[in-house]
Amino acid sequence: MISFTVNGKLVSVEDPPSTPLLWVLRDSLKLTGTKYGCGMALCGACTVHLDGEAVRSCVAPVSRAEGKKITTIEGISPDLTHPLQQAWIEIEVPQCGYCQSGQIMSAAVLLRENPKPTDEDIDEAMSGNICRCGTYPRIRRAIHRAAEIQAQRSAK
Amino acid sequence: MTSSSFPEPKRDEMKRRDFLKTTATVGGGLLISAYIPQWNKTNAATSRGLATLVDATHPFAPNAFVRIGTDDSITVIANHSEMGQGVYTSLPMLLAEDLECDWSKVRVEGAPVDAAYNHSVFGIQMTGGSTTTTSEYDRFRKMGAMARLMLISAAAQSWKVDPQTCQAEKGFVIHAASGKRASFGNLAELASKQTPPTTIPLKDPKEFTLIGKPVHRLDTPSKTNGAAQFGLDVYIPGMLTAVVARAPVFGGKVVSFDADKAKAVPGVVKVLQVPSGVAVIATGFWPAKLGREKLDITWDPGPGKDLSSVGMREEFAKTSRTPGLVARKVGDPAAAMAGAAKKVTAEYEVPYLSHSMMEPLNTVVDLHQDRCEIWTGTQFQTGDRAAAAKVAGLKPDQVQIHTTLLGGGFGRRANPASDFVSEAVEVARVAKVPVKVVWTREDDIRGGWYRPMWYDHFEAGLDAQGNPIAWTHTIVGQSIMTGTMFESFGVKNGVDSASVEGAADILYGIPNVQVDLHSPRNAVPVQWWRSVGHSHTGFSVETFLDEVAHAGAQDPYELRRTLLAGQPRMLAVLDHAAKKANWGGPLPAGHARGIAGHFSFDSYVAQVAEISIEKDGTLHVHKIVAAVDCGRVVNPDTVKAQIEGGIIFGLTAALKTEITLENGRVQQSNFHNYPMLRMFESPEIEVYIVESTEKPTGVGEPGVPPVAPAVANAVLALTGKPVRRLPIKAEDLRTA
Repeated sequence: MISFTVNGKLVSVEDPPSTPLLWVLRDSLKLTGTKYGCGMALCGACTVHLDGEAVRSCVAPVSRAEGKKITTIEGISPDLTHPLQQAWIEIEVPQCGYCQSGQIMSAAVLLRENPKPTDEDIDEAMSGNICRCGTYPRIRRAIHRAAEIQAQRSAK
Repeated sequence: MTSSSFPEPKRDEMKRRDFLKTTATVGGGLLISAYIPQWNKTNAATSRGLATLVDATHPFAPNAFVRIGTDDSITVIANHSEMGQGVYTSLPMLLAEDLECDWSKVRVEGAPVDAAYNHSVFGIQMTGGSTTTTSEYDRFRKMGAMARLMLISAAAQSWKVDPQTCQAEKGFVIHAASGKRASFGNLAELASKQTPPTTIPLKDPKEFTLIGKPVHRLDTPSKTNGAAQFGLDVYIPGMLTAVVARAPVFGGKVVSFDADKAKAVPGVVKVLQVPSGVAVIATGFWPAKLGREKLDITWDPGPGKDLSSVGMREEFAKTSRTPGLVARKVGDPAAAMAGAAKKVTAEYEVPYLSHSMMEPLNTVVDLHQDRCEIWTGTQFQTGDRAAAAKVAGLKPDQVQIHTTLLGGGFGRRANPASDFVSEAVEVARVAKVPVKVVWTREDDIRGGWYRPMWYDHFEAGLDAQGNPIAWTHTIVGQSIMTGTMFESFGVKNGVDSASVEGAADILYGIPNVQVDLHSPRNAVPVQWWRSVGHSHTGFSVETFLDEVAHAGAQDPYELRRTLLAGQPRMLAVLDHAAKKANWGGPLPAGHARGIAGHFSFDSYVAQVAEISIEKDGTLHVHKIVAAVDCGRVVNPDTVKAQIEGGIIFGLTAALKTEITLENGRVQQSNFHNYPMLRMFESPEIEVYIVESTEKPTGVGEPGVPPVAPAVANAVLALTGKPVRRLPIKAEDLRTA
């Protein structure tokens, strides 16, 4: 039995400890917002936060989560109010949308660490996330926009 | 699959060139009764779990495409799959425009499989060929208008006034003279009792409030909080998960297998043979995958075992220098070539490519003795249903498909053999439990159904002024449509139109042209891949044209302008892109521009690329400027997004990806050796829409073809050396 917190809720799972966190989230906990894309930490679709740090859940054994806090896309805001969600909607980033959970989870860590990222910072933080639909230019714009929204909110 | 399993599309109706005419005819002669889905009446057993069109709170469904609730909700039923192209917003926009409803009340739902939802031109339910807007533009507007007229009729009846004195506005019917107004929801019950109108006039485009305006996509919020449901996200009670070990060589078969070690993996429930290989069925994906790794299978590799890309390339190259089947001939190319002042010859090659949608293929099947229910992200409902029925031993109307959102399609999810759906039904048949079959990324990249490998041989004859007067082009590559249900309309006299599109129909005014085709056969399954034949002809034709321009000492943009004198729409996008990119203007040292244009899916696109190359051969694409004329635009932001996406998709093919075979085995497996373009390599992109009031045409695919040649032409401009194969490799560009 492995116990950890997901989006503020304590859970216990019986999956073998070596099972990737991704499949525990999806198949056992039915949190399907976190996506499978490659299984090799090459595409970033499975990105979640483990104690606030972005991890590729497809290669992170669930044992790593024991006693830790996991945040998935379902947990970043209850009501679409995270600055990244607002910016994503305003700029119409998603096309098929499949990779966007991972994109937003990677961007969330970037924005927290670096409230005013440059294009180079975005290149560095986001190049581990693949988007086959080609939404990169809009992701870039949306991260800049989210930084503005975040700054406006903290100024209030 | 046999073509008899569902109605074959009418040959004449499917000719792309006839689209506009046909759509108008079909749209003009709508039989309203045909728009009530049969499943609603006769197929209750298989529509379990589907929202039926009409219920107590949604009393009014005048046709198969819209339902109005007493709560004023407007549900639009979309018969085309949403795979990122925005049709779950643009189709509702079309319907809402003539319904005059409140846009904030509009929701969208995927259609079940039913003849009522067949593609208005192709005659089967499917999404592809960049045709959704083109084919549904009139129908969805009419379906909205029909509902509006019945709502007005209901209001007029209850107010005892002439319907002509009432009008609909933002979800209300209003009688101006008396000041009476009623919401669509309040009128829904009574509207359902009205006789459908026999004539359905449409709005004047001048009065459009939605079409042509940027409208926020209905699916965006759900794609930012994890709520959007893709096929992989479907879980049904009692369901197990399966992965299939497929043959390592195309066409291979299982001889024998030992499942003992696989069955010992905790969570593995069953290991069973299916026609495509061996299925490991487990309590979840992970044990299924671990179990598959423990399988010991002896394969008969079959006829594909000696295939190699190197060998095929040599074969294709030789073949390209011989006459093929003539796809098009204009004038007397041989005589013109003999009299030319200068000749240019070049050959181009492109590899097999995988679609690599971010969501790997998957299908959920719940199979019973008398019915089968399927959940999957498909572009090909009618074909998939027929294939599933055949495997299950059922009639097609005993099979229902719930189309989920697609995590990318790009053509792969319109499989002519319904490979991923039939295989899943095969697994469910032997597993005797509900199953979800999941493909790993490796399964996807090694699974075939690629964009064909192509080899193109060109010769051009130039006059003394450097203008091309003769042009011959010989294409070598597998036929996609041969052997599919599309063969009868797509293959004529042995020439697959998808192999020569963008080559046989070039818009350039060259007086003597010949295009030949060779269609070799081999074991590698091939399929339409975003922009299909244009994905290679866009590159080869436009790159060769630049070689011709250089040989004739002409500016590539000016030569195109000369040759496009009779093509005002193509000329306009070319001029627009050149102007916005400041063609001929100053550039930073070491930078160069290239230009290319291409006509595909009845749309016109031109692009200008700005690049630089490092000494080690690393190519940087700094900027792409694109101009598009796709007729009347429904949602401008979606058009821009599709062109942007097409550019990234095309750049990935230009700079990154190739599928190669050795000893029949695919050498790539995941994103480390089949790499996608990433954020740091993504150029600045500007997209300009050239306004038009012509019929709407495709946007999902036309952004792809011009980008590779625009980049290749920039390389030629910068280095003086032509690019003749894709992907462009650093080793080809290295100068130190």
